Amino acid sequence: MREARHRFAAIALWIAFLLTCGSVISRTTFTTDLSAFLPRTPTPEQQLLMDQLRDGVASRLILVGIAGADAPARARISRQLATRLRADPAFVAVNNGEPVNTERDRAFLFNNRYLLSPTVTAARFSAEGLHAALNESIDLLASPAGLMVKSLLPRDPTGEMVELLGQFNSGSSPSMVGGAWASRDGARALMLVQTRAAGSDTDAQQAAMANIRDGFEKAAGASPAAQLVMTGPGVFSVTSRNAIKDQVSRLSLISMALIAALLLLVYRSFSALLLGFVPVISGALAGIAAVSLGFGAVHGITLGFGTALIGEAVDYSIYLFVQSEQGQAGQQGWVERFWPTVRLGVLTSIFGFASLLLSGFPGLAQLGLYSIAGLIAAATVTRYVLPQLLPTNFRIHDVSNIGRVLERWTRQAKALRWPAALLLLICCAVLLQNRATLLNNSISSLSPVSQEDVALDASLRADMGAPDVRYLVVISGPSRESVLHSSEQISLVLQEQVDRGELSRFESPSRYLPSTATQRARQASLPPAALLEGQLAKAAEGLPVRAQLFSPFLADVEAARTQPLLKPADLERTSMAIGVDALLIEKDRRWSSVLPLTAPEGANINAEHIRAALAATQLQDVLFVDMKAESDRLYSGYLHEATLLSLGGFAAIVTLLLLVFRSPMRVIRTIAPLLAAVLTVTAGLALFGQQLIILHLVGLLLVVAIGSNYALFFDQRDSATAISPRTLASMLLANLTTVAGFGLLAISKVSLLQAMGVTVAPGVILALIYAAVFAEPSKATSDV
Amino acid sequence: MQNLAQHKSGRAIFTEKKYIAVLDRPVESSGDLFYTAPDRLEKRTLKPKPESMVVSGSELLVERGRQKHRVQLQNYPELAAFIDSIRGTLAGDQKALERNYQLSLEGTSDRWILQLLPLDEKMRTVVQRIRISGNADEVRSVEISQTDGDRSVMTIETPATP
Repeated sequence: MREARHRFAAIALWIAFLLTCGSVISRTTFTTDLSAFLPRTPTPEQQLLMDQLRDGVASRLILVGIAGADAPARARISRQLATRLRADPAFVAVNNGEPVNTERDRAFLFNNRYLLSPTVTAARFSAEGLHAALNESIDLLASPAGLMVKSLLPRDPTGEMVELLGQFNSGSSPSMVGGAWASRDGARALMLVQTRAAGSDTDAQQAAMANIRDGFEKAAGASPAAQLVMTGPGVFSVTSRNAIKDQVSRLSLISMALIAALLLLVYRSFSALLLGFVPVISGALAGIAAVSLGFGAVHGITLGFGTALIGEAVDYSIYLFVQSEQGQAGQQGWVERFWPTVRLGVLTSIFGFASLLLSGFPGLAQLGLYSIAGLIAAATVTRYVLPQLLPTNFRIHDVSNIGRVLERWTRQAKALRWPAALLLLICCAVLLQNRATLLNNSISSLSPVSQEDVALDASLRADMGAPDVRYLVVISGPSRESVLHSSEQISLVLQEQVDRGELSRFESPSRYLPSTATQRARQASLPPAALLEGQLAKAAEGLPVRAQLFSPFLADVEAARTQPLLKPADLERTSMAIGVDALLIEKDRRWSSVLPLTAPEGANINAEHIRAALAATQLQDVLFVDMKAESDRLYSGYLHEATLLSLGGFAAIVTLLLLVFRSPMRVIRTIAPLLAAVLTVTAGLALFGQQLIILHLVGLLLVVAIGSNYALFFDQRDSATAISPRTLASMLLANLTTVAGFGLLAISKVSLLQAMGVTVAPGVILALIYAAVFAEPSKATSDV
Repeated sequence: MQNLAQHKSGRAIFTEKKYIAVLDRPVESSGDLFYTAPDRLEKRTLKPKPESMVVSGSELLVERGRQKHRVQLQNYPELAAFIDSIRGTLAGDQKALERNYQLSLEGTSDRWILQLLPLDEKMRTVVQRIRISGNADEVRSVEISQTDGDRSVMTIETPATP
């Protein structure tokens, strides 16, 4: 009676637990974006890097290429596609070289030239200043560019418009073929599209891509040979999300099927198969729910990793089923005889993974939490719930025969000690030889984007002449006015650097939207009509122009003196609005202004010089960020941290074993095969030219954590519990399921998952073999 | 035309006078012209201000002081008119010229005048007529008359080759 109550309580608790997990998961958001790779407690520079990656200017760009067919067809498709996209509110800007905004842009610049031009100062409107400006304008008339400015002379004799156009057009753009941008070799038509949605809004980016594809297909109807290619940060998020989704769902299905087939083959019982998955499913639910509670969202990579952990969680039920004697008493016997060992195995795994929780890299911390929660749940369910669920007279196919074969092999395995030692020596030599190139220090190694996509991105960028946004100056402040004002001061410093050749150019929102203080100062520097007329007459002396010609100028200046100041709304539907919107950002009641810098042609920016020049202004809240250096630093920080954490996890496992065994020799015997496996796998990876990324290191930690189970079983000192054929069979089966789970990751296209797969799958096999090879020969022969 | 087509590349000195209504006297500039067959033309002004203009293909690069402008010819019909006419004449590419202009040739093969009238409506609002005169296989002057009455005359001298 008491037994039944006990049983009922265990099952009820378990069901309640599953329901709780289920309800947590139903409210969980799943992400596939960069968030897993960004630090949890960022420095100001890292925060900036993150903001830029999530919704910065560059994150909203989609580069579009149209290849195939012939040049006129490509240009036609480009123009038709652009027309369609310009009418689509999902896009802020669509540029393919067509002069769409030109009229509006010119009108904006011309009508506001006295508020916008940095050359508007009191000195320029004195008699001498006007004389110099007029002289310059007349010289310009003699030049080829003169044709363009001739009509402007009466209204703009000081050449403010020329100044503004010079600033606005200084970027390089691709060449035109058939009225649309084309790559240098002419093989592709090009288009640059800016989405309204942030690059991190993957759903919106996917919709935007669909709109582009749709528009392309409609435009390309008559030219079936034309092809569309797209790239950009948003495109990358979409493709990697699809890749991760596709991989996770496919891998978990295949993994389940493989493991099920394997178990069915051994158990020859459907009910055993179903029951065997009980701890697995409980563990997976617990893992997802724990990560969801701990991090607010679950990353796709974590789920992918979870599929591999299926192979590990199923081990506990395998141990229970296979190691138990037949019948009800058998399971009780298992609990007494084997549970302590399994419990210790679970504990070592948890100790190993616990160090990952400390990681500043949310991706790793998620993996750690998922594993710990999943393994605890799977082991607990195996110990307390699964035996209650087993029907009376539950039995699986007797595996003693396999066990006895294994036992013979195990005895013979001792002969492999010397060859194994030799192999390990060779591995050490390989590692020593490759020690310089063992680790991959590039941040791109974390990216789930394929090599082909990266190459396409690079080639489209080169065609477009659109380099990566690498260097930024970011100014923050409490109001739009304050950051615009600081941007103007910084612009002066940057212009000096441009003059010195340290920079090719820079962009600033204050160029098109000067601070009100500056606009007022420019207005104030314009003389009243009567004064200006007198000075102009003096200025024209000795020049081949009559002062009367400039009466439209006098009228324009007079109007500019009292014209309303420029507001953001005045920029609407000009090309400049795009720049200002993207570069002037309000977030949490704080404003920031982003000034992208362009390196001189064929050279890098000397960060030290720029930093020193910026520091000399003594302005607060001005940051110079080299995005590439920052992300490289971020990554090498992760790599360094992952190395330390893996070692920490290993140390935790050793400490745990020392505490439990109270015998250093026994600890060494348990740990030695694991270290041997780690050594061999690492050397193997080096031989195959795989440079280690963070996930390889985590994989090595997993090899130790999982392999410790095998080593522990081999290390049962008590002769009464010496390793039995049944135990051997259960270990082989457990090993095979683990290899199946992780082996599948090894063929994944997502580099993070692949790295873990190629490390863990061979690692656990080696751990089992080494454990057998190096195990203390048992004195008692088995009695089963 | 065939004579001209034999030009592969060369250098010449130019003097240009622009008669502009808003100015009391013409503005004058001078410098070097370089031509590389088939479509690269460089006009390097030395006076009154150093400036260079390089056309290759459909792209124009203007450098003036620190400023560099790269523009697409088709966006500036006035410039395109000037450049195409000289380039086409130097290359002796009658077909290219006929695409954009109505051509008429006067005089003898020793002293000839080629008159170009733009066909394109948009171009006609800016350029009225281009007259190119030459001796044998050398272009001597280019006169561009604009629709608004302004005009420019460029005289070209080939430096004596040693």
